[in-house]
Amino acid sequence: MDSPADSHATPDSAEATAHAPHAEVHAHPTWDTYWKVALILTLITVGEVWAYYVPSFVASRAFVPTLLTMSAMKFAIVVMFYMHLKYDHKLFRALFTGPLLIAATTLVALLFLFGHLTVLRH
Amino acid sequence: MSTAATPVPHYTTTGLDSRKIAIWAFIGSECMLFISLISTYLIYKGRSVVGPFPHEKWTDPATGHVLNPILNIPVTSMSTFVLLMSSLFMVLALAAVQNKGRPLPPNAGWWTRKLASSKLWLFMTALAGSTFLGFQAYEFTSFVHEGLTIKTNLFGSSFFTLTGFHGAHVTAGVLWLLSLLGIDQRRGLGPKDALIVDICALYWHFVDVVWIAIFTLVYLIR
Repeated sequence: MDSPADSHATPDSAEATAHAPHAEVHAHPTWDTYWKVALILTLITVGEVWAYYVPSFVASRAFVPTLLTMSAMKFAIVVMFYMHLKYDHKLFRALFTGPLLIAATTLVALLFLFGHLTVLRH
Repeated sequence: MSTAATPVPHYTTTGLDSRKIAIWAFIGSECMLFISLISTYLIYKGRSVVGPFPHEKWTDPATGHVLNPILNIPVTSMSTFVLLMSSLFMVLALAAVQNKGRPLPPNAGWWTRKLASSKLWLFMTALAGSTFLGFQAYEFTSFVHEGLTIKTNLFGSSFFTLTGFHGAHVTAGVLWLLSLLGIDQRRGLGPKDALIVDICALYWHFVDVVWIAIFTLVYLIR
């Protein structure tokens, strides 16, 4: 579908998104991408909730890793496509992923420290 | 002659606007805040001495009352879906602001005209955020009625702190969206305002991704 909201950013809007001429500028996704992303996010969420209600799957060793993987996929999809990190300047990527990695490493270290990594190991 | 109406870009030596750098730095620091809260929840998980518990039944030894698992997955799944959809509305609002003023194609249909309405999508995003908060208020109220408060046990303390902080962020986001909607109503938002909408959108999507993590780690993983 071709519409104003579908179209790539105009030079005006690209400037308004605060990128100087020499900075990396990439067009944002279109409506066609956005609705597909929403559909994928919904399907993954349905899959997560479905998994929660299958006792044999909950009892299996695959339950926790599967849920964590699905959650990480949703997280990455929103960050890349809705927050436009896939298309934006690499400095923004560093500002986001740097603290995220530090915090995630701290989380794993704390779980080890408190002997509580079993909460993620079914 | 006044120059007050002319927006001044805040460029830096990186060629990027300082406000956008600031919001990403803020989001990075917020990642650390929420991961510290999630860490606390996971460390305390399964260490509550008394119920109610999130996923297991518990019999109160004093009264003999049997308390069911307290988490309501169907309700939370609905609120999760609503928050995910709010992110879709938000990107549509940003796209509408960025493309404001561009002529519509002559054969533009109803949906094409709706896609170009920033007011509609800002309103829908704020509405979805408010609906999420309504679900959370319902959940908190029902938990308190079932005997779980922030003082009941370790689960209650860490759960209410984590989800309460997230709810406070959603509330701030809804107020931010409503203020943008007010500006849009009063003077209209256009391509020159795209950055301020983009900054709000980044905050909103961040609130969404935090909930994606909370939904899995707190609600689904037993």
